[in-house]
Amino acid sequence: MSAVQIFVDLLAGRRDAAALASRDWDGVIGVARSEAMLATLAHRLERAALPAPVAALFADQRAAAKVAQAQALWEAEMARRALAPAGIEFVLLKGAAYAAAGMSCSEGRQIGDLDILVLASDIRRAENELLNAGWEWVKSDPYDDFYYREHMHELPPLIHKTRDRMIDVHHTILPRTHRITPDALLLMSEAVETSSGFRVLNPAAMVCHCAAHMLADGDLQGGLRNLWDLHCLTVGFLKDDPDFYLTLIEEAHRHGLTNVVRRGLRLANSLYGTPLQPYVAPLMSSFEPELADDFYIRRLLARDDWGRVTRPLLEQAFYIRSHWLRMPPAMLAKHLWTKWRKG
Amino acid sequence: MADRTYRAAPADALRIEPLGELTAIFDRRSMQTHLVVAPMPQILDAMGADACNVADLAARLAAAFDLDAAEDARSILAERLAELATMGLVARA
Amino acid sequence: MRHQARIAVGPVQFRIGSDWPEPIAALERLYADYPRDDARPADATVRLFAARPWRRWVRPSVHIGGDFIVPDALPLPLSMGLLAAEMGMNLQVALGWRRHLLLHASAVARDGRALIMSGESGSGKSTLAALLGEQADGGDWRLMGDEFTLIDPVGGDAFAFPRAVSLKNQAIAEVAARVDAARLGPLLAATPKGDIRHLVPRADAIAAMHEPARPALLLFPRFGGETSVERMGEGEAFVRLTEASTNYVALGEAGFAALTRFVRETPAFGISYSDSAAGLALVGQLWAEAAR
Repeated sequence: MSAVQIFVDLLAGRRDAAALASRDWDGVIGVARSEAMLATLAHRLERAALPAPVAALFADQRAAAKVAQAQALWEAEMARRALAPAGIEFVLLKGAAYAAAGMSCSEGRQIGDLDILVLASDIRRAENELLNAGWEWVKSDPYDDFYYREHMHELPPLIHKTRDRMIDVHHTILPRTHRITPDALLLMSEAVETSSGFRVLNPAAMVCHCAAHMLADGDLQGGLRNLWDLHCLTVGFLKDDPDFYLTLIEEAHRHGLTNVVRRGLRLANSLYGTPLQPYVAPLMSSFEPELADDFYIRRLLARDDWGRVTRPLLEQAFYIRSHWLRMPPAMLAKHLWTKWRKG
Repeated sequence: MADRTYRAAPADALRIEPLGELTAIFDRRSMQTHLVVAPMPQILDAMGADACNVADLAARLAAAFDLDAAEDARSILAERLAELATMGLVARA
Repeated sequence: MRHQARIAVGPVQFRIGSDWPEPIAALERLYADYPRDDARPADATVRLFAARPWRRWVRPSVHIGGDFIVPDALPLPLSMGLLAAEMGMNLQVALGWRRHLLLHASAVARDGRALIMSGESGSGKSTLAALLGEQADGGDWRLMGDEFTLIDPVGGDAFAFPRAVSLKNQAIAEVAARVDAARLGPLLAATPKGDIRHLVPRADAIAAMHEPARPALLLFPRFGGETSVERMGEGEAFVRLTEASTNYVALGEAGFAALTRFVRETPAFGISYSDSAAGLALVGQLWAEAAR
């Protein structure tokens, strides 16, 4: 049994941590670290019977994650202080949103850059207000800058000069060049407010974005974590609303993300046991497996017990795929050419 | 510039430890440590839980400090408040 | 990975994997007398690897990785594999350890009380600690570590991280003259950090590596110049130790509490000295006052 499979089983609750051999933990911890999920695992196994050194390491991780999460949420607060006086509304995305909304996937979750969504019509003003409040451009070359502004779904990243943390300001959740174009105005207007006073996407939109972020937007880096998010979000929302899948499929359809969401849920089901709920009425929705699912699963589980990615060719294929999805072919050629020339 | 109104961080958010000539302020919300000198701790103390602008603050501090030439003291206080806002220790009310 | 070793230094259990046998063999020799528990899961993983498969044989260069990676770190030639292993271990602790407040400082202890010395490389903190740990007369100092000192955030005690001491340049001859050659590693000449030779701490220091010591004196040594001693205020010591800590920010309020308490309870001095004898004399004098 590979370490990554044990790791996934532990998260899914399919395996008893107490039954692991002492030396199995090296691989499990190695994989968890390389997926940036060690503190997530530490939370999941908080009440499990663990070898003393593992229990101590996990306690450290939980405490550190709590600090890191407060630091990440503070960035959201500082963004609010910068944007609110100008009347610019924003919606938190990804890690910060899960934490602000108290979703179960946020327990121990690492939060990197702050991602926020603003209306396309507010993006220039948002940029100004953030620059006035101490954020500045990460040094980038003019080509990258041009590329971001013309074709991506965000401003080039900004970094705060004293706090040294990045903010990504999006005006849609997928690049403009992407063949799928989710409706950002709908996402903004139907966002909901958390008890901490931040706005986040409504449940169905949150799940759609989570799936889109991993499958439509990315190269599957961090895929195990993204799928864990997807799993926890879905399970949580199903508790509140047994017919959540109806709302979800409808929402996915509105944004042109039906296939992406369905695939995400199938993958989450096969790794973490996310319940799948097919419908024939009032909407037709099924989760028949597709051939490519296996390919994704192999990519997601391609780590050895030293935390190293084991299938470089597979990785390369996904990198090209991710660019392919973002850019029309002629533009892809131009982009790669520019990158090659700069060596 | 208009005399902006600020509110200090709630008292239970901060842990304030004088260390000789410096004061270390730990903000539990941001998890940041701020090292400051007078009059920063005094300003936070004088603001308490109330919304304050520079004029209010000058009045409150006048008793403790010998604030002369009102204009001069006010521009200094306005600068300090802006710095505290940058640190996140006060926010616009 | 093909070759691997497990080594415990202080509270940290390392798992070190390598594409080549040489660095592992060198580590096994250097750490032969450290207590071992091969069944214990690792806290930190170090990987020494070839960037391309053929680089295992053709001009082999050792890349340093593990749980944490520094993206632009330059590889080392295989002849310096031991240094690569040491750098890898330091890196994982510096970036990954969360149980204690981690100070980039050397430390020695006697009678359950610790002398902690913080400074950049070249300040002499490492050499002074090594020499104190070897002192023949009244040599009851226990070397706690030459690189990291761990402060328990709850109780405030100092804990040891007694890895093999990394002697550099002139310090090699100075220390080699006083110790059994069996306790010295191979000479690594002309590394990016100069000449390096490792010193295995005394057996009693290794045996006592889990014993806490109460911080009693904090010094910021500076090698070179006139002998001088300057008392340092709590505020300045606090600032300098936040800069000397790799995990202060990550520990949040626990780190803040540990550090404010540390600087309040521990007298601190900046010292300058022109040679080791002068340095040791200063340390002796300040310790006598602090220990009273």
